[in-house]
Amino acid sequence: MNHSKRATALASLALSSTMILSACGGDGGGDGGDSGGGDVKLTMLPKNLGNPYFDTSTKGAMAAAEELGVEMEEVGPQEATPDAQVQYINTAAQQATDALVLSANDPEALCDAIGEARDAGTKVVTFDADTNPECRDLFINQATAEGIAKVQVDIIAEQIGDAGEIAILSATANATNQNAWIELMEAELEANHPDIELVDIVYGDDDDQKSFDQTAALLQNHPNLKGIVSPTTVGIAAAARYLSDSNSKGKVALTGLGTPNQMRDYVKDGTVEEFALWNPEELGYLATFAADALASGDISGEAGDTFEAGDLGEYTVEEDGSVLLGEPFRFNADNIDDFDF
Amino acid sequence: MSTATTDAPTRRTYPEYAQPAWRRLLVTRETAVIALLVAVIVYSLVRVPNFDGPLTLTYLLLDTTPILLIALPMTLVIITGEIDLSVASIVGLSSVLLGVLVEAGWSVPMAAAAAIGSGVVAGGLNGFLVAYVGLPSLALTIGTLALYRGLAVGLLGTKAVTEFPDRWTDLATAKIGETGIPQVMLLFVVLALAFAWLLHFTSFGRGVYDIGLNEEAAHFTGVAVERTKFLLFVFSGAVSALAGVYFTLRFGTARGDNASGMELAVIAAVLLGGVSIFGGRGKLHGVIAGVLLIGVLSSALRLDGVTVNVTNIIIGLLLVASVVSTSVLAWASGLTSRRTPTGSSPQNAPLGVESQGRST
Repeated sequence: MNHSKRATALASLALSSTMILSACGGDGGGDGGDSGGGDVKLTMLPKNLGNPYFDTSTKGAMAAAEELGVEMEEVGPQEATPDAQVQYINTAAQQATDALVLSANDPEALCDAIGEARDAGTKVVTFDADTNPECRDLFINQATAEGIAKVQVDIIAEQIGDAGEIAILSATANATNQNAWIELMEAELEANHPDIELVDIVYGDDDDQKSFDQTAALLQNHPNLKGIVSPTTVGIAAAARYLSDSNSKGKVALTGLGTPNQMRDYVKDGTVEEFALWNPEELGYLATFAADALASGDISGEAGDTFEAGDLGEYTVEEDGSVLLGEPFRFNADNIDDFDF
Repeated sequence: MSTATTDAPTRRTYPEYAQPAWRRLLVTRETAVIALLVAVIVYSLVRVPNFDGPLTLTYLLLDTTPILLIALPMTLVIITGEIDLSVASIVGLSSVLLGVLVEAGWSVPMAAAAAIGSGVVAGGLNGFLVAYVGLPSLALTIGTLALYRGLAVGLLGTKAVTEFPDRWTDLATAKIGETGIPQVMLLFVVLALAFAWLLHFTSFGRGVYDIGLNEEAAHFTGVAVERTKFLLFVFSGAVSALAGVYFTLRFGTARGDNASGMELAVIAAVLLGGVSIFGGRGKLHGVIAGVLLIGVLSSALRLDGVTVNVTNIIIGLLLVASVVSTSVLAWASGLTSRRTPTGSSPQNAPLGVESQGRST
């Protein structure tokens, strides 16, 4: 048996050398950062990796970084949870990165970690989903919450004749922006669309399969359902996939926030008439220009500060340290082929 | 009297007595894990940018504390040959209870005590059903994993409680003086010493190993099998709930989905630390090294800009390799021992000691 023990120890040593070798392979990126010497170094931290929406915003961010001639790295957790994201904020603090561009998984829970990163000299720009305003330097607002809520309610009201049962298919139950939009949609429905009844809110957790199943459950539980609003790109695509193969195609209207590439087939086959969104690529692009302006000291993030954002033109920092990208955009069969994201 | 003649040759069948003491202490699975940990730390200090920074140790320990804490009772549970998959759900349940009670106006210590109490009850239910009713812990704790998580999400609904007094959230991340070591490590050290004493220096601990090696034999040698298992699940629940309180205060947020999937991180670290999934074998210092090894690896790879998927692949491979190496080496040593004429076969050992404890 002592052979076994000695051999175990040897195997572990062999294992450790394998680990060291494999770690060597990943080392190249780290060395590149030092050679730049004084260059601005930015970190992009989406809610999670492998999410097409954030892949698009990162694409815009990378394009901006290239235009600016700064280094940018994308990191992120697999699951969209605040505790997983805290580890990456901590890492940015350890690396003393010049600016961190992030979409927050929780408005409050990230604040301590962000505070420590800011103490270490890192500027923090949130986009897509904000933290509490006092935690970060700037928030790049994709559209006002009122505008987003209103455009979705308007579209669904137009499609179902301003009367009947509708339901909402959201992302995670704790998502800051989702919940804010849902509240405003409820208020908008109550104020201007008294005949539309919101019968259910379900959560697909931004998971394709779960959103698909939740759509099926909605149609089963509410036989009189006339419309579904899904203010999340994963949710609306999964719901459209379910509807396009079901008997409810054409009978149950679907709208929400989606991306043209995901929704193109469903718009063309008639499952979805019209949906809304901003351009996440422009959002990442703008956030990166804002982060660079902060990191290089051009602006301090005070209300009234102005900065140039490449092709998008000049932007002004508003109250609460936010920068508004623009109005939401309606995509339909007439214009969807003009977009590719 | 007459047995004296057979004593000398049979004693050699215990591998523990076949080697000098220094060798028995140094050439072990635990030492290998510690050596690997040291190797990874040294390598990271030299090669990974910013790993030598002052914040690394703090964040590393803060991140691994919940896993370190839960790994302590989990080690004992797995050594008895059982498993507790509901630990992360108990973390979530305790986190939500703390949040709900603090929101209702309770003080943090009172709410924390209630949350830990819920962990004792949750662990007690697991323990009762496993030890006294005799249900298989693997199946049962998959059930309670869903049950406790469901309760947690149900209690708090769609929101998160984030209004905790600063005094307590600051305490969760406070450091010992200028050392950069979080104060919560003191709590861990106390608990680690308590569990090490319990496992390695008491008759209760010897009973834990006996149950893992052969439950029936343990029963006949006077080990209170049911009581031991019941208590271990209660410990597991209580420490998981304590980890939940810490987790909540550290991130300042009580959510139903807090610590989802952490049970796998805990069990992976325990197995990496040299505990046999079949029970009967394992030491606490190996487990602590296993948890830290995974923590250091993730931290170093993250600092190096390696994506989380690649990190998971590396940790997964490490775990598979550690399991495979044990089996392959047991098989290889089986081959060599057959060729050694003087070497006595382990099968001569008393029932259970060899067949389950060493060859797995």
